[in-house]
Amino acid sequence: MVNIVPPAAIFIIGALFIPLLKGRLKSAYMLLLPVVAFINILNITEGIHWVVRFLDYELTFGRVDRLSMIFGYIFIIVSFIATLYAIRVKDDGQHISAFLYAGSALGAIFAGDFLSLFIFWELMAITATYLIWARRTKKSIAAGFRYLMVHIFGGLCLLVGIFIHVHNTASIEFGYIGLNGLASYLILLGFGVNCAFPVLHAWLTDAYPEATITGTVFLSAFTTKVAVYALARGFPGTEILIWVGALMTAFPIFYAVIENDLRRVLAYSVINQVGFMVVGIGIGTELAINGATAHAFNDILFKALLFMSMGAVMHQTGKIKATDLGGLYKSMPITTIFCIIGAASISAVPLFSAFVSKSMVVSAVAHEGMAIIWFILIFASVGVLEHAGIKIPFFAFFSHDSGIRTKEAPLNMLLAMGIAAFLCIFIGTFPGFLYSILPYPVDYVPYAAGHVMNQLQLLFFSALAFTILLLAGIYPSEIRAINVDADWPYRKGAGAFMWFINKPMAKVGARINKTVFEVIPSSLIWASRNPGGALKIASDTVLLQFSGPKKRAEVEQRIKKEKEIYPGNIAKHWPIGTTVLWVTLFLFVYLLLYYL
Amino acid sequence: MSRRKSDKSKKLKGYLGIFYTILLLLIIIDFFIPKHPYFRWEGFPSFYAAFAFVAFVVLVLAAKYILRKIVMRDEDYYG
Repeated sequence: MVNIVPPAAIFIIGALFIPLLKGRLKSAYMLLLPVVAFINILNITEGIHWVVRFLDYELTFGRVDRLSMIFGYIFIIVSFIATLYAIRVKDDGQHISAFLYAGSALGAIFAGDFLSLFIFWELMAITATYLIWARRTKKSIAAGFRYLMVHIFGGLCLLVGIFIHVHNTASIEFGYIGLNGLASYLILLGFGVNCAFPVLHAWLTDAYPEATITGTVFLSAFTTKVAVYALARGFPGTEILIWVGALMTAFPIFYAVIENDLRRVLAYSVINQVGFMVVGIGIGTELAINGATAHAFNDILFKALLFMSMGAVMHQTGKIKATDLGGLYKSMPITTIFCIIGAASISAVPLFSAFVSKSMVVSAVAHEGMAIIWFILIFASVGVLEHAGIKIPFFAFFSHDSGIRTKEAPLNMLLAMGIAAFLCIFIGTFPGFLYSILPYPVDYVPYAAGHVMNQLQLLFFSALAFTILLLAGIYPSEIRAINVDADWPYRKGAGAFMWFINKPMAKVGARINKTVFEVIPSSLIWASRNPGGALKIASDTVLLQFSGPKKRAEVEQRIKKEKEIYPGNIAKHWPIGTTVLWVTLFLFVYLLLYYL
Repeated sequence: MSRRKSDKSKKLKGYLGIFYTILLLLIIIDFFIPKHPYFRWEGFPSFYAAFAFVAFVVLVLAAKYILRKIVMRDEDYYG
């Protein structure tokens, strides 16, 4: 027990030494960190570790059980893969933020109390934002700000929810919450932002495609999966999640058909896959929770693989839009094969990873007899094949020849993709390893003849539909365009707000400015030249308003005359005596006040 | 050039031939496989094939003709 430390600490403290090292030593050090973390986690026993007293509360940095462990394993594995993929990046800032990001994700997974969960939660948002900004384009800076603002909103919802929850229960322990009252709704909303619930999802499809090539690989792994973990911990069996999840699986697939940026297609795919997990958590049976966590484990691997293959294409060609790509299999055959393995894995082809995990969720739904949800999930599975199984590899590597001739991706990128691809096939072929680390004992056989046949029919006849639509010229060709999504209100809304500030509000402001700083002072100056005369003009002007038509002409005449001679000779209206009288009066008041 | 093109289309026809054969086999073998349907319709012969085909077509057409009409904008829409 002595030589074991919190997994988060290895990454977070380890990150600080990255800038001190150079060259090969730095590369070796960065690859060693996840290895050390993995050996460390293998030796951690279940239970509660690393409890620290803070004010009146006990912070728990190591609540270790089967649910947190499976996320711990995969987070460390994907950190190694993504670090290998990014090892040539000459930007310490990116490396440091990637390690801090992975470390805070691990911290959140093992947090046993709300306070440390919240701290790691926010640290994730900040470090992830850096991975978006690090691309240093105008678009990525703007997308990073939007990402940060949405996550600060989510974090605040979570924080307020935590405050109320802690106030109500007098405990900061993070365990089962369930939907009961304001605190739980706010916490669910906070989790929901990170989980990309529908309408709250746009930060994901907005920002991930704008992040750096290597940063997106990290991003795709952690934020949404930590949220999945938090939901599995706090809200298992919450019925509304079944519908939220089903919606998440279904709506992104329509967007994915028409999206031109291939990394954005994958971003929609993240929401779609997380939807399956959320459905599983909503059902909350042992089979469903097992399915959700198994699918999270697998999704991290094949989504990383797909983002890496698209990143490799971007790295070699500088392009990522389907309209600019095509025919790359000749130049990048190995990347092509890895991309196809990722595509097969996400599409749940038998012997590939999603086949052994997604089907658990679908079976759990069927087991509960939820026909509508079941149909939505099967429909969404067809959609997965459409955008991630066919569209991604087809438009990047096949389709029409874009004429781009380039070289294969660098060795470290190929190795990283190779490891992920191997794991996807290994888990799909030998699911026993994955099943043995799931939260509950597994009583599920994926390779039943009927299941394999059903899935093969689903895949092949979807492919038939694709073939026919393509040959008939109906399949939508890619168009250089963007599609508005739920980020429209705040992206266009912000513009409208700025217009409101710049046009009508600015006019009102100028008016106030003029009145306060020009009109009033100048009238005061005018009046001070001859207060008596000014008073007389003012009183006559008021009098004018109340005069009958007969007297009107006379008063008007008088005002005119008074204005003509204004300010005139002050002495005429203000005899010295009056002035002395006033001065005496003021002195008397002053004296009175002084003695009081 | 034209010979290469005809070679290519021959190749494509060959692939499609294999593909269609697999489809046919999947429908035939399906009759002989024991199933344990949760829902009644899962037991229908080739239910998954039919559903997938229809779902794919509906998905693509809806995205192309409905969603694109609603949400598509110029690339510089947001400036």
